[in-house]
Amino acid sequence: MGIFSKIAQGLRKTKESLSKKFYALFVARELDDEFYDELEEALITSDLGVEASEQILEEFKQACYEKRVKKAEDAKDLLREIMIDSINYEIEPYSYPLVILVAGVNGVGKTTAIGKLAKYFTNQGKSVVLAAADTFRAAASEQLEVWANRSKVRIIKHEEGSDPAAVVFDALSSAKAKNTDVVLIDTAGRLQNKKNLMNELSKINKVVERECPNADYRTYIVLDATTGQNAVAQVEAFDEIIDIDGIILNKLDGTAKGGVVFAISVEREMPIVFVGVGEGVDDLLEFNAEDFITELF
Amino acid sequence: MGAFSGLSDKLSHIFSKLRDKGKLTELEVKQAMREVRVALLEADVNFSVVKQFVNNVTEKAVGEDILKGLNPTQQVIKLVNDELVAIMGTNHSKIEISDKPPTIILMCGLQGSGKTTMCGKLAVMLRKQGKNPLLVACDIYRPAAIKQLQVVGKNANVPVFEMGQIDPQKIVKGALKEAEKNQNDIVIVDTAGRLHIDDELMNEIEGLKKTFKPSEVLLVVDSMTGQDAVNVAQKFNEVMDVTGVVLTKLDGDTRGGAALSIRAVTGKPIKFCGTGEKLSDIEIFYPDRMASRILGMGDVLTLIEKAQNAYSEEEAKEMQKKFKENSFTLEDYLVQFEKMKSMGNIQQMIGMIPGLSGKLKGQDLDIDEKKVAQTKAIILSMTPRERQNPDIIKSSQKRRIAAGSGTSIQDVNALLKQFAQTKDMMSKMNNMGKRGMRLPF
Repeated sequence: MGIFSKIAQGLRKTKESLSKKFYALFVARELDDEFYDELEEALITSDLGVEASEQILEEFKQACYEKRVKKAEDAKDLLREIMIDSINYEIEPYSYPLVILVAGVNGVGKTTAIGKLAKYFTNQGKSVVLAAADTFRAAASEQLEVWANRSKVRIIKHEEGSDPAAVVFDALSSAKAKNTDVVLIDTAGRLQNKKNLMNELSKINKVVERECPNADYRTYIVLDATTGQNAVAQVEAFDEIIDIDGIILNKLDGTAKGGVVFAISVEREMPIVFVGVGEGVDDLLEFNAEDFITELF
Repeated sequence: MGAFSGLSDKLSHIFSKLRDKGKLTELEVKQAMREVRVALLEADVNFSVVKQFVNNVTEKAVGEDILKGLNPTQQVIKLVNDELVAIMGTNHSKIEISDKPPTIILMCGLQGSGKTTMCGKLAVMLRKQGKNPLLVACDIYRPAAIKQLQVVGKNANVPVFEMGQIDPQKIVKGALKEAEKNQNDIVIVDTAGRLHIDDELMNEIEGLKKTFKPSEVLLVVDSMTGQDAVNVAQKFNEVMDVTGVVLTKLDGDTRGGAALSIRAVTGKPIKFCGTGEKLSDIEIFYPDRMASRILGMGDVLTLIEKAQNAYSEEEAKEMQKKFKENSFTLEDYLVQFEKMKSMGNIQQMIGMIPGLSGKLKGQDLDIDEKKVAQTKAIILSMTPRERQNPDIIKSSQKRRIAAGSGTSIQDVNALLKQFAQTKDMMSKMNNMGKRGMRLPF
């Protein structure tokens, strides 16, 4: 199955709820105030937030004016392009050895994402080791271990309650000794306003920077597509602490649209690298802005 | 402050603009409501709910009553507040106890909403109320979910019943037998997270409800949920006819507009809130307090209740006196530190005090357990005289204190500085009190 149809499948349900709104809009009607009000409602109810919605609306109005488009049915592609542009970023290809640190607030699906990432890299013939650095949540390392077994990769774990930075150190040492291509670091969920937990994350980050100065090091934040505008604050706070390289947008198989990524884009350049579309080991897809928007419409 | 500060700050800002003017005109009400609309939308209140809210309040505000009122600003705030309370409901709720034990509580919700942790919190809360709960592991899908509940149960000192990854119907049946045998009067059933649009899994949980007729079906919702909260709540309520909602992760910096949305679409009460990582971090949901908190009035009532639990009346009086006289010493500080620990996060407390949340935001007020222990060690290494009057602590004393407490001179300095800041903060609070704001101490 090609990536394209897989995205189509994963986003089908998302599409069903959102596209009704957008499809119903772009029919034979005038581009009048009523239309723009309804478009604003469609954007806001998709979690784009007030600012991003207004920004996209303004750009869209301007584009319609410049292209002398008068009918809604002819304006659909203009909106599509604007929305693609606002979340489309170049992503640098990976080089190896590669270290990926996965962080985020509680319950967004970090461990599941790591499990799927392990499969993603082993599919490409890479060797992978998992670092179970969520030493806080009950049974987190057991959960990761199940995923490690599914992808037949190694896992480094310590006792519950032990120092997560030490787990990371051990995983990195092990990877160096065995020439492992990819180290995937699972971290405990932490709300971004908990200063001591954010400091702990900073410590983990420093261990990687110190131990693997020559590795390709990426830090990803996992977002729950169901989350509203607080996701913007999440990205800001984590970015400040560990300089986030990209977003893994999880739980796109629900009815939520993950539209908050547009609000995040207003604030800072932050590429979405993967989307999670289910609980299966293969339900993690490379992000593609065009496919994403196509499926939204 | 960024575009995503809390709804409370937003509305305070709007109304502080209103306060600056003597009278409210119709235009001003509409302007204020425009900003209320934006603030509510940014707080993730559902679009339609916001629309209805703004229309209702505008209608009430733009009228003779408000314009003729003696204090128009207060009236607008009251109207907005009343409307918020009206949407969120007017009564708080408790766990419905069945006449015929055991009382079954069935938990449901999306993945990652915090069901398992909330099961543990409910168990701890009910145990404190003299109940004897049993936790039941019915999340048969997520890797290590059963193990997670077992660890939670161990920490909560509550037994956990599990039968591995088999049909949840059989598990609950087995659990009820176990409860009868061990005289557990409460059975809390943890279930797998599921999408509201996943028919197969929704059928599974609907089946549990039909077979076992739980007294409570609690929908667990992440307070950070966006616009989709209405769809999720609507669908779960449709299938499960939930008895109440539990709002989790309220200790984050989200304003939890989802609370408004869920109430509006389901009409079901929000019963409890999860407010931290510890199993004791559970609170009853009071709609009126939540409304005043959203409005930036501060959640004075919750603060009083928390303070009452941690302080005896005598202690409180003594403290109040010291607050007023600003004769607070390091010894008191140590006592406070330990009280705070039992009351919960200090930042959370500060956020509940009217007018202080904005001023103190971003300051280092976090307390972690290690720091509490360290602070204790440092203060205990001081002589009684030093504790009474920290100004006499010079570098040689600092060296001795650091050595005695196993810390560094920097740690001692940091503590002394923090103490000075706390004293400063208290005198500020004191001054506010003088201006007519009641403090709960």
